[in-house]
Amino acid sequence: MNVVVCVKQIPDPAEPGKLEADNTLDRSGKLILDESDSYGVEMALQLADAAGGGEVTLVSMTPGGETSGLRTALAMGAAKAILVSDDALSGAGALDTAKVLAAAIRRAEPDLVLAATESSDGYTGTVPEQVAALLGLSSITFAKHIEISGETVNVQRQTELGFDEVETTLPALISVTAGVVEPRYPSFKGIMAAKSKPVDQVTLSDLGIDAATVGAAGAGQETVSVDDAPAREAGEIVEDDGEGYAKIVAYLESLKVI
Amino acid sequence: MALNRIWVYAEAADGKVAPITLEMLAKARELGGTVEAVYGDGDADAIAETLGAHGATKIYATGDLQGSTPGVPVGSALAKLIGDGDAPDLIMFGTTYEGRDVAARLSVALDRPVITNNTDIAVEGDAVVVTEPVFGGTKLVRTRFTAGAPHIALIRPKSFAAEESGGGAPEVVTIEVPDYGTAKVRNRHVEETTGPKLDEAAIVVSGGRGLGEAAKYEIIEDLAKALKGAPGASRAIVDAGWVPYSYQVGQTGKVVKPTVYIAAGISGATQHLVGMKGAKNIIAVNKDPEAPIFGVADLGIVGDVHKVLPKLLEALQAR
Ligand SMILES: Cc1cc2nc3c(=O)[nH]c(=O)nc-3n(C[C@H](O)[C@H](O)[C@H](O)COP(=O)(O)OP(=O)(O)OC[C@H]3O[C@@H](n4cnc5c(N)ncnc54)[C@H](O)[C@@H]3O)c2cc1C
Ligand SMILES: Nc1ncnc2c1ncn2[C@@H]1O[C@H](COP(=O)(O)O)[C@@H](O)[C@H]1O
Repeated sequence: MNVVVCVKQIPDPAEPGKLEADNTLDRSGKLILDESDSYGVEMALQLADAAGGGEVTLVSMTPGGETSGLRTALAMGAAKAILVSDDALSGAGALDTAKVLAAAIRRAEPDLVLAATESSDGYTGTVPEQVAALLGLSSITFAKHIEISGETVNVQRQTELGFDEVETTLPALISVTAGVVEPRYPSFKGIMAAKSKPVDQVTLSDLGIDAATVGAAGAGQETVSVDDAPAREAGEIVEDDGEGYAKIVAYLESLKVI
Repeated sequence: MALNRIWVYAEAADGKVAPITLEMLAKARELGGTVEAVYGDGDADAIAETLGAHGATKIYATGDLQGSTPGVPVGSALAKLIGDGDAPDLIMFGTTYEGRDVAARLSVALDRPVITNNTDIAVEGDAVVVTEPVFGGTKLVRTRFTAGAPHIALIRPKSFAAEESGGGAPEVVTIEVPDYGTAKVRNRHVEETTGPKLDEAAIVVSGGRGLGEAAKYEIIEDLAKALKGAPGASRAIVDAGWVPYSYQVGQTGKVVKPTVYIAAGISGATQHLVGMKGAKNIIAVNKDPEAPIFGVADLGIVGDVHKVLPKLLEALQAR
């Protein structure tokens, strides 16, 4: 079974986010593998294993040609990667991103496509379903458990009230939630091996996509302004001297909620 | 350009309309024009009265989805309706499980962008402008749709107040579903919960990694019960498997706006704050005086949850 995992490379979320002068997210500097996608990579490796083999291919899009995030996923065990990199992609919206990813995924002819339900920096949560629509694939989002037997895929899909058991057939796209599996740490051997694994770097024209239709030029949306949100005023902070609980009780009383 | 016609994607469970739907209907009426609802699945007649009372003047309904997940069938039904010439200027979806799937499918079918996670939407001159909080809600980005209508916007729950308009039950128009898709729901599992729902409760008591271990979460549930509220959680303890995902408050969890939010052993990462900063009153218990949660707390107790919470529970239960 051949599996494609969409993996996003993002600025380290531990660092404060920065915006460029044109109000797009500053993605300069080292990019890391989005933690959200590490679950998809682990799941893909496990599913390919369970199916008795098959290749895990990474697909990623980033304007600057960064590969450090991809190397992490390759070190975990993915076989190869397709990286779409093109200056024209700066400012791409979710639909543009999906168009580009879909075109790249087509090259790999997978039986299964995995993505995360939401990326850590964009968190639109629409890219995977848009990719599925563009590829004409069946899809299940918010998966917390996946089982595949033959052509049948069974997924436990997170819902508002619990979970649904949802079934579909391959080929399909599934987006997984955080915490579904425990992503493995790359071994030293894995890290060394990753250095020589193939990363196929392609441009928009390689994929046959007109640069004017994706990226800021074709996004169909335009940033008007970026402002500081109104801050909440800090209140009373007290050290617990054994009577801290009484402060809470008194406060709840003053609010008339008890 | 005023908005002549707005569709609101309606969601309901067990015949009860979701709060996000009513919130969007209120906003849609404020934006002007004709407000209509679209509904995928189930019995539209059962919710017609509520939707009408909140301003929907017509309901486009797919009828039973035959067990399909809604993305493909509802997306294709709306695309067909629009393709046949019945297009609104704006379609509002909730940032929910189903809302995102349907909006994503529709966006591809119509080749229109979707703008997600919005907490506000307005008509400014000729344009529809949406507001999205980024960087944990510290910055607000306003974005204008530049592609032609219909615009597709996803709205965060709790962004607007629901308000009745006094309308009567509207006409239900059944729409054609060109494609039911092949993803089918075989079984539904509902987690048993007692007490109010997390995103509707007046009081929310949330626990985080500072509780130390899964067994210690019990006191959060006991406190929530004593206060007739709902228990919540940070993502750290959801990922650790202490509590189900449905407990999670924050960017990737639920947005809550209770009268009182109590955060116990939660550091206050920006992704958590985004889900609870809108609470009217915030109480925090954390042993680290530098914890960012104190930056938004109305009352902060610098102390050990294992000392403060048992005494608090005892005091509340004694009342
Ligand atoms: C894309 C993305 C999305 C995310 N979405 C969410 C989300 O929706 N919701 C969410 O919550 N998080 C989310 N996070 C995670 C978030 O960044 C934090 O990691 C998480 O909120 C931390 O949870 P915590 O506060 O329980 O744990 P920690 O950050 O580990 O904090 C534990 C706190 O407990 C305190 N403590 C320890 N022991 C005690 C004691 N005995 N008594 C009192 N206090 C004690 C410590 O001082 C500390 O402040 C997201 C992260 C990313 C990258
Ligand atoms: N630029 C990208 N490259 C690769 N995968 C992506 C990209 N953007 C989004 N995805 C995938 O889609 C998921 C959801 O992203 P989003 O819709 O931005 O929340 C991500 O977690 C990835 O799996």
